[in-house]
Amino acid sequence: MDWLLQQLINGLALGSIYALIALGYTMVYGVLRFINFAHADVLMLGAYAAYFLAPAVNSIFPLPSLTGTLIIVLLSAMICAAIGILIEILAYRPLRQRPRLTVLITAIGVSLFIEFTCQHKAVFGADTKPFPQLLPEHDFHLGGLVIGSNDLVVVVTTLLLLGGMWFIVQRTKMGTAMRAVSFNQQAAALMGININRIISFTFGLGSALAAVAGILYALKAPGIDPLMGVQPGLRAFIAAVLGGIGNLPGAALGGLLLGLLETFAGGISGLSNYRDGIAFAILILILLFKPAGLLGKATIEKV
Amino acid sequence: MLSEFRPCSEQVKPHADFENPVCACINGISSLSARLVLVTFDAMFPRTLFAFAAISILIVSCNQPGSDGIVIGEFASLTGKEATFGISSHEGTLLAVETLNAAGGVLGKKIDLLTEDNQSKAGETSNVVNKLISKDGAVAILGEVASSRSLEAAPICQQNGIPMVSPASTNPKVTETGDNIFRVCFIDPFQGTVMANFVTKTLNAKKVAVFTDVKSDYSKGLAKFFKEGLAKNGVQIVAELDFNGGDKDFKAQLTAIKSAAPDAVFIPGYYTDVALIAIQAKQLGLNVPLCGGDGWESQTLLDIGKTAVEGHYFSTHYASDAASPNVQAFVAAYTKRYNGKVPDAMAALGYDSAMILVDAIKRAGSTDSKAIRDALAATKDFEAVTGKIAINAQRDAVKSAVILQVKDGKFKYLETVAP
Repeated sequence: MDWLLQQLINGLALGSIYALIALGYTMVYGVLRFINFAHADVLMLGAYAAYFLAPAVNSIFPLPSLTGTLIIVLLSAMICAAIGILIEILAYRPLRQRPRLTVLITAIGVSLFIEFTCQHKAVFGADTKPFPQLLPEHDFHLGGLVIGSNDLVVVVTTLLLLGGMWFIVQRTKMGTAMRAVSFNQQAAALMGININRIISFTFGLGSALAAVAGILYALKAPGIDPLMGVQPGLRAFIAAVLGGIGNLPGAALGGLLLGLLETFAGGISGLSNYRDGIAFAILILILLFKPAGLLGKATIEKV
Repeated sequence: MLSEFRPCSEQVKPHADFENPVCACINGISSLSARLVLVTFDAMFPRTLFAFAAISILIVSCNQPGSDGIVIGEFASLTGKEATFGISSHEGTLLAVETLNAAGGVLGKKIDLLTEDNQSKAGETSNVVNKLISKDGAVAILGEVASSRSLEAAPICQQNGIPMVSPASTNPKVTETGDNIFRVCFIDPFQGTVMANFVTKTLNAKKVAVFTDVKSDYSKGLAKFFKEGLAKNGVQIVAELDFNGGDKDFKAQLTAIKSAAPDAVFIPGYYTDVALIAIQAKQLGLNVPLCGGDGWESQTLLDIGKTAVEGHYFSTHYASDAASPNVQAFVAAYTKRYNGKVPDAMAALGYDSAMILVDAIKRAGSTDSKAIRDALAATKDFEAVTGKIAINAQRDAVKSAVILQVKDGKFKYLETVAP
């Protein structure tokens, strides 16, 4: 029984990170209808930003501390937001009127460009760097169960950010404009909405989320390398599709589900080798029966 | 520190029929190309730029044909992703050759060590080994750490009848290539058995879990031999779980391992993964000894793992803090030669590979490749830094392994296990 509950906790903690990354994917998709594959690499850049900021912040607010961590997270999120906006302006904006496939391929190109530039020894180098301890850590023991403070932080942060995103999209003027652009770009432009500004804002917000996810991921496994975003990024993408791409609560649900599936499959002796295989087979089954994802709405296109 | 030996490795030995003008031209080009290669190094060691310029000029003036030394070729991964291993083993080899030359060389001649860099790349090794054999006339080849690239060089040496000694390739296939290929390190079946015995006898474990990296041949091989060893000792394997090298979350598998309540966990992985596994095992309250192989030996394990790797064990080739006078003399010489750098296992193996080869040349009494090969094959009770070495019928080194423990943020020598 303990075993089962412990796996549940592990799965929720892992799933929350996937959910957080999936939020970024789904938000950009919601507005622009294309998958920003460079999202996973912005996540990595967020972790590296924190890695390089930590010593500086440490001299003012000694780490591990909550204040110091908040400052690092905020600064990293700002850096990544700027990077995200820059990527959009340089790589995606010139292609906005082209077929969607062109932009998709470009996104893969941007992703590879970031990964392999960062692996060069003049940039970050390919070796794994030890990530500093930002938060005081404490393990809570409930009977035979162990809940790490970092896992709690991950779950709470994801919930808060999910709520925040929902508020921005549904309750603010900017969010209304985002939804309008998502619905029909041309009509939105005719209504006086500055499309470029909205899209930049969306990328900035998505990349800031990626930075937070990157730092949380690095807290969980304190070794960072330029390819650290690839695996969680791929899974978060699947999670976003599973939940119904373009749907914020769907992304969170998809992430949690994928984390749980992976954890339970991985915890079976002898089957752990097939962890991803099992998790993804179940996902394919779900998508066979609900092609638009768990919370997605099927849209009928007239041809 | 690379600057001091680099020009030597770029040395080109023109044949006697290339007389002065041509020779000077070739030398000029060679030093130019050497400098080009060195541009990359300058990025790493800007301070040495000046020294390079000075020595490059020296090459042209002193590199005249007619050197009557014994030419030994070395290939190593001096740049690229395994550069840490390659540089260590090269430094060890170079120290051995310098020590021997200072003592008068061998058979009354000096040893000329020609080093080529394969850039940690597949395909590059065959180029440089072909060059070393056919152009430079190397009587024997030394190299390298990574098994995959040693496997590339081995058929070339075999075809040319040139003996090759690998310092640290542990894959059994390397010496299976042919009767000219030797190594001075132990092989994975031995390492697996050593850890199985250690877990059984020293740790007194009755139930053991194995956690394998399914992406790596090294890990799978080592796990296989470890499990065979356990079976022989009658120890129960209570859980077998797998991970993919590069994973970041291991809690699912570790929870399963914890619920099987083992007395020890064997993790034959590389240092980065092992560090993360140790951290998460500690978080989950899995407080049993973790054990592994030589893939653990890296400063990165300590940097990432910090207190989580404290107290765990792994097997490797040698311990720099062992009491043996051989080791202490080597450590002292190496530290002095390379500005306080403490030699790791690769450096010790690089040193031993050169020492054992020169010992064979001495016993052969000639530089004939066939005679050197036979002498190498007959090596017995050779007192090397990494232990007493005998070469067996498979041309593998029969020698002891050491077990290290992480203690106070350092690798501490624990015990030596004889074969």
